[in-house]
Amino acid sequence: MAVYVLCMVLFCVGIYAVVSKRNLIRIIIGIMISENAVNLFFIATAYRIGGRSPIFSPLTDVQNMVDPLPHALVLTAIVIGLATTALMVALAMRLHEKYGTFDIAQIRELRG
Amino acid sequence: MIHNDLIPLMVGVPLAGAFLNALLGRKLKGVPDLLGILCTMGTLFLGFVMLRLVNAHHVLLFEVGNWPPPIGIAMVVDGLTVFMLLTVNLIAFLVVLYSTNYMSRYTQKWQFYSLFMLMLAGMNGVIVTGDIFNLFVYLEIAAVASYALVAFGTERQELEAAFKYAVMGSLGSMFVLLGVVWMYAHTSTLNMADMAMVLRDGGSGEIVLLASVLFLVGFGLKAALVPFHAWLPDAHPSAPAPISAMLSGVLIKALGVYAICRLFYSVFGITWELSTILLTLGTVSMCVGVLLALKQWDMKRLLAYSSISQVGYIMIGIGIGTPLGILAALFHLFNHSVFKSLLFLGSGAVEYATGTRDLRKMGGLARRMPLTAGTSMAGSMSLAGIPPFAGFWSKLLIVVAAVQAGLYGYAIIAIVASILTLAYVMKMMRYGFLGNLPERLKGIKDVPAMMKLSMSLLALICIAGGLLLLPQVRELFLTDASKTFKAGTELAFRIMSEVR
Repeated sequence: MAVYVLCMVLFCVGIYAVVSKRNLIRIIIGIMISENAVNLFFIATAYRIGGRSPIFSPLTDVQNMVDPLPHALVLTAIVIGLATTALMVALAMRLHEKYGTFDIAQIRELRG
Repeated sequence: MIHNDLIPLMVGVPLAGAFLNALLGRKLKGVPDLLGILCTMGTLFLGFVMLRLVNAHHVLLFEVGNWPPPIGIAMVVDGLTVFMLLTVNLIAFLVVLYSTNYMSRYTQKWQFYSLFMLMLAGMNGVIVTGDIFNLFVYLEIAAVASYALVAFGTERQELEAAFKYAVMGSLGSMFVLLGVVWMYAHTSTLNMADMAMVLRDGGSGEIVLLASVLFLVGFGLKAALVPFHAWLPDAHPSAPAPISAMLSGVLIKALGVYAICRLFYSVFGITWELSTILLTLGTVSMCVGVLLALKQWDMKRLLAYSSISQVGYIMIGIGIGTPLGILAALFHLFNHSVFKSLLFLGSGAVEYATGTRDLRKMGGLARRMPLTAGTSMAGSMSLAGIPPFAGFWSKLLIVVAAVQAGLYGYAIIAIVASILTLAYVMKMMRYGFLGNLPERLKGIKDVPAMMKLSMSLLALICIAGGLLLLPQVRELFLTDASKTFKAGTELAFRIMSEVR
């Protein structure tokens, strides 16, 4: 239960950072925190109480094991998150070159 | 239902195009254009092949790695899928034709084509996949490629728009992933057909409701439905014109509208509450989009707001949920893809020739650029819903479907919004193409041949699009697609029972 609460808190912290921060880098960090909260939550749902690692062998009879699928999926999600983050950091660097600041209050030519 | 080995090529061909471009396009000059045209032509051809197969067999299935569906990833093609595939690849092909001339203004053409092909692979993947996590992966491929494409010009506005789009897009994807997590935890399966079966047997509870909301927010962000639309009017105008055409024409529909339809009709099963939510979101998008479009002076920005409003029409048709409503929504989706990409390409042509997008600095362009003006006029008339053009028929059908379903309020709002649409279209034509030519623009010339060819083809489809409603043609293209909605979760039952 505590893990789920932690995921929830992390997710909210991330969203809060995206919504309220004015620095581009902090917004990116906020997104990363939220993304990892979702990943953590995915891993947490795979756990079974008293479950063991999901490795089959002909000798042992595995009764109760954790679900291995979410681990594989989360790996994919992490890679995707990395791609998005890298792109956003690149964009932030280019924005800093053009505007000389990371402050979104000063980067606002588009409106209306 | 039959097995078919062609389906993965829908993803494979553009993906191969992207990597070959990155390998060869840097050194050899003509390769990017050639590869782009060949790949999109190939996928379009495959789309037609699949249309024939679907007409004969209804459902095509491909098992990735030969694992039978509930275990492995399945790729499924049915009427709705093939309809979306044809729409997406048709627009992609015509846009690539246009880009061969337009993109020579930019350096690094091969990077553009690589990203373009990646985006196309992602979109085709979202459409053909039958696995919910796979859908998320393809969605991200298309989305990340589109963030980069919006920033392609790397000027101040492009970068700002791309950053905004990237932040909003990642939030949307995060909600989608969270929805996938909840659904997996609830049903222990990722296959959409299997999931639909589990939900039908096990009943749906609060968790499904929660997941529905998460998916609605996530895909709503991608489709730019109104409370989630803030990124679109920045991102779509800032991108190069061919990309604006792709984003507004097909990306928001493949990633947003199609995914919503697929999940809510074929997996969760549509309920009264869900269709009311879709109707409400559609109506709000339609009204807000049209009102904001009216006050824009930037040509592309006006078109971007118009996209929000037109997606509203599609959602209303889908929310009505009667066979006629669905048919109308799909027909409008096709028409909107055609005329909105035409208009964005037209605005790109204007920018190419005059160097501005501001309607106040234009005027009288019809005399200097007759073909661009003519094709844009055809697109505008279709957008505004003037009778012989395709857009008229689809809007009429949506209104008729709303009246038949007893939703008079929605029908009236749709008509009023349509009149306002005419107003902003007139504004664009009046200030852009008619009136007096300013002194500064006396020397401009019309655009190169390939751009003309692509715009003329789109304009032809705009004019002849109404023919799709003829009974014989409708049977082939639209009816099969709308049957998918009627079948609902039955489709899943058919797939799973034949697989087992």
